[in-house]
Amino acid sequence: MKELLKSNLVIMVIFAVIVLTAPAWLTPIGAGYPDILQKFAIFGLFAIGFNILFGLTGYLSFGHAAFLGVGSYTAVWSFKLLTMNVLPAIIFSTLMAGVFALVIGFISLRRSGIYFSILTLAFAQMSYSLAYSVLTPITNGETGLQLTLADPRVVDGMMGIPVTDSLPTTNLFGLAMSGYSGFYFCAVLLIVGFYVSLKIFRSPYGMKLRAIKSNQTRMKYTGFNTRPYLLSAFVISGMFAGLAGALMAATDPLAGAERMQWTASGEVVLMTILGGMGTLIGPLLGVGIIKYFENIFSALNESALHEVFSFLPGWLEEVMVWISHHFVGEGWHLTLGTLFMLVVIFLPGGVMEGITRLSAYLKSKFKGSDEITSEKVSEDAS
Amino acid sequence: MDEILLQILNGLDKGGAYALIALGLTLTFGTLGVVNFAHGALFMLGAFCAVSVQQVLTISKRVKDESITFFDAYKETPYLELWWGDTGAMIIDYAVPISIFVAIPIMLLIGVAIERGLIKHFYKRTHAEQILVTFGLAIVLQEIVKSLFGANPIPTPAPDIVSGSAAIGSMLGLSDALVYPWWRMIYLMFAAVVIFGVFAFLRFTTFGMVVRAGMADRETVGLLGINVQKRFTIVFGLATVVAGLAGVMYTPILPPDYHIGMDFLVLSFVVVVVGGMGSLEGAVLAGFLLGILQSFASMNEVKSILPGIDQIIIYLVAVVVLLVRPRGLLGREGVMED
Amino acid sequence: MSNILEIKNVSKTFGGLHALGDINLEVEEGTIHAIIGPNGAGKSTLLNCCIGRLEPDTGSVTFNGHNMIGMEPHDINHAGMVRVFQTPEIFSDLTLLENVMLPALSKRDGTFHFNPFVDMRREKEIKAEARHVLEDIGLGNLVDSHAGSISRGDKRRLELAMGLIQHPKLLLLDEPTAGMARHDTNKTIELLQKIKEQGMTKVIIEHDMHVVFSLADTISVLAQGRIIATGTPEDIKNDPKVKEAYLGEEQD
Repeated sequence: MKELLKSNLVIMVIFAVIVLTAPAWLTPIGAGYPDILQKFAIFGLFAIGFNILFGLTGYLSFGHAAFLGVGSYTAVWSFKLLTMNVLPAIIFSTLMAGVFALVIGFISLRRSGIYFSILTLAFAQMSYSLAYSVLTPITNGETGLQLTLADPRVVDGMMGIPVTDSLPTTNLFGLAMSGYSGFYFCAVLLIVGFYVSLKIFRSPYGMKLRAIKSNQTRMKYTGFNTRPYLLSAFVISGMFAGLAGALMAATDPLAGAERMQWTASGEVVLMTILGGMGTLIGPLLGVGIIKYFENIFSALNESALHEVFSFLPGWLEEVMVWISHHFVGEGWHLTLGTLFMLVVIFLPGGVMEGITRLSAYLKSKFKGSDEITSEKVSEDAS
Repeated sequence: MDEILLQILNGLDKGGAYALIALGLTLTFGTLGVVNFAHGALFMLGAFCAVSVQQVLTISKRVKDESITFFDAYKETPYLELWWGDTGAMIIDYAVPISIFVAIPIMLLIGVAIERGLIKHFYKRTHAEQILVTFGLAIVLQEIVKSLFGANPIPTPAPDIVSGSAAIGSMLGLSDALVYPWWRMIYLMFAAVVIFGVFAFLRFTTFGMVVRAGMADRETVGLLGINVQKRFTIVFGLATVVAGLAGVMYTPILPPDYHIGMDFLVLSFVVVVVGGMGSLEGAVLAGFLLGILQSFASMNEVKSILPGIDQIIIYLVAVVVLLVRPRGLLGREGVMED
Repeated sequence: MSNILEIKNVSKTFGGLHALGDINLEVEEGTIHAIIGPNGAGKSTLLNCCIGRLEPDTGSVTFNGHNMIGMEPHDINHAGMVRVFQTPEIFSDLTLLENVMLPALSKRDGTFHFNPFVDMRREKEIKAEARHVLEDIGLGNLVDSHAGSISRGDKRRLELAMGLIQHPKLLLLDEPTAGMARHDTNKTIELLQKIKEQGMTKVIIEHDMHVVFSLADTISVLAQGRIIATGTPEDIKNDPKVKEAYLGEEQD
């Protein structure tokens, strides 16, 4: 039974069912509509990819937002020049992000540890600054790159798609990329992305990446050239980011430079850590939690808070509302930052570590005092 | 010639800010072994000390405007002016210099609290975890300031007497066009004084000697039975004060907003890396060099040849330095080269 | 028999301190060559110069006819010279089985092999081989434990297993029995002797004279960065210089 649960096929079937039925089971908690579902899927891909680098090799990059941005710009250009069909857009974007990752990775990976982090940070800031200034002809600077009626759209023209007065919308061979069809498109790509990640995790290649994280020097003396391993992981994760960027553009054909800022890279780091770095589904949990609560908390305002705390006596209600209103709406980032600190301090393994600890605790509780498990819990906790 | 001198001067004040932040960053890194991504936020907190002092001094009362006689008009007048007249107005005018004295104890308190409450528990954790938790702290500090002061930059002018520019061109017998704002000159001198102060403190006190020894060889100092804990706290407090003062004094040059710290943080990291991790002299030298370099890169003559170079020059230098000379300009061989 | 390793005129200084001065050493194929010497004599430095962790100031290291100086560590490994570290350098986050599979994979796949879509469970042969080596060395009951959680002596044995599974032409052992109980030491000697019959050349750095004299064909004595004697165990036992420099302090 346990073996069966570990087989790729079973895992993939369960995963696919969960993802594809998300609109149904997320509706009761108010997250069943296409906009947020798409966000889950897109950031899910971003985080899965980031986890392949950070989770497996331990190399902390602050530059992945740059690849996301490159993906978005490439996709919008594909919409402008070629066709509103999203398929070429996501292919070009993924490849383009891969090329960028190859160049940036090649240089950054000459160093490790904090120096690697700072190098990727420098590259991300460079891309961001350039996108705002010199590269304006490509990025349209502060306004962001948008579709216009004057765009050539060569392929669409050849296919005889009529030009209308309004801006065309993105589609997959006629299937609209907004609403539920848009979500299902992203969901299918998420499932494919998850499969790739699962395969990598379970391959000798993945084991070597984990070994690099554990002891890179030893890897070299064991006869491995670690740099191509790291570079390939970097490129793969960059391509995931590019794909995520393309999907952002596919659901909303607009690309802006702020997507490339290093604090945006910080967000994906956050999601990965919160869920549990180095685990298969941890990053997805992180994405789910952050995007879900972002949605709820950002929408809350003072009057909503008064409702929430209305069961308290009057003065206490005022106090609670005063305190909590800093954490909702505009203040959502404060909640996020606080949550993030708490996780790094108390639960470096993220939600996944929490689940492991909890299940170990429950097991020891129900099976009587199983010494080994309780020992393990105290060891983890220290 | 004038142009070159002007660019050097322009670069120096920005360089001064870089040097001050990088100094604290290096001190924390070299002594405590902690990579502090919240250091920029401390600079920002310093700047908002000045903003708070200004706001407190200008707490106002609505009073009848006597100058308008034919109907009842009211204007906001600060209490200080109501009580003390011109003296009160002068105190308000000197809000930024006054803030220095307010900022020192406040920043020290904040620094000690952060070290005791958070950083202390991360000495034995990995650099990645240190980066992550201080990054989280930076977000928290930044968001608190945003919710207290809003998202827009808040102008905090320098005292009237130094708000103009010095005609240093004519002073030095060069072109009259060569002028330099007084406040920037003050900033530069202030930075120099603080830097010399920190160096003197480290060189001529026993405490400083232990800190320097610790930067050279952390383990040995721990083994000598010296109370490392207490010293770590003081060093972190010192770094916080230096960053805070840099922030206070920078407010007249650039009206602070809540993410001014993040903008400076990335640049300061680059400065530290270029100067050499763990080298205080390197941090200062690289701070000024990069400031000047950036100033030259933003000359129109340069930009016309290499468009956009002003935006990326510092990062470009950092990338080249990290690849060609990993230990930075003045970093010692073998120290933190990985 | 030919020499598999030739060290010629190797010297190395650290900040004015002569760690190695003009070392000449030849290791004959198929033998066990022990290097002994008091603490700080430069034994580990010499090994580090062989495997590319340090670059000597002068001299040459020739292995199997190829110059090793300036080569990347992973290329030296694939040339057939493998080092077993004194302080265990293992992958503490991985299981013992994975620890031993990695060098085996390196041997099979080379310095870089991109196979993200091969399932680990297909690697049955490598797994069986790794399991076999672990059992041979007495760690068969720990294959699925995390390497960080086992005892220090077991870590040393794991190190040895990681070296042995690559079947190197030359195995450099840095104090393979240091910190082991007498019983474990004897087992390790037995194991090393068994492998010697398979023709693997070994260079052993050792403190324990019991180990050295029961294994080595040739012994070189290193003192203050110089080789003061090389010969059979019998020669070394009777060499007055060696007695003075090394054995004298051991026998008291």
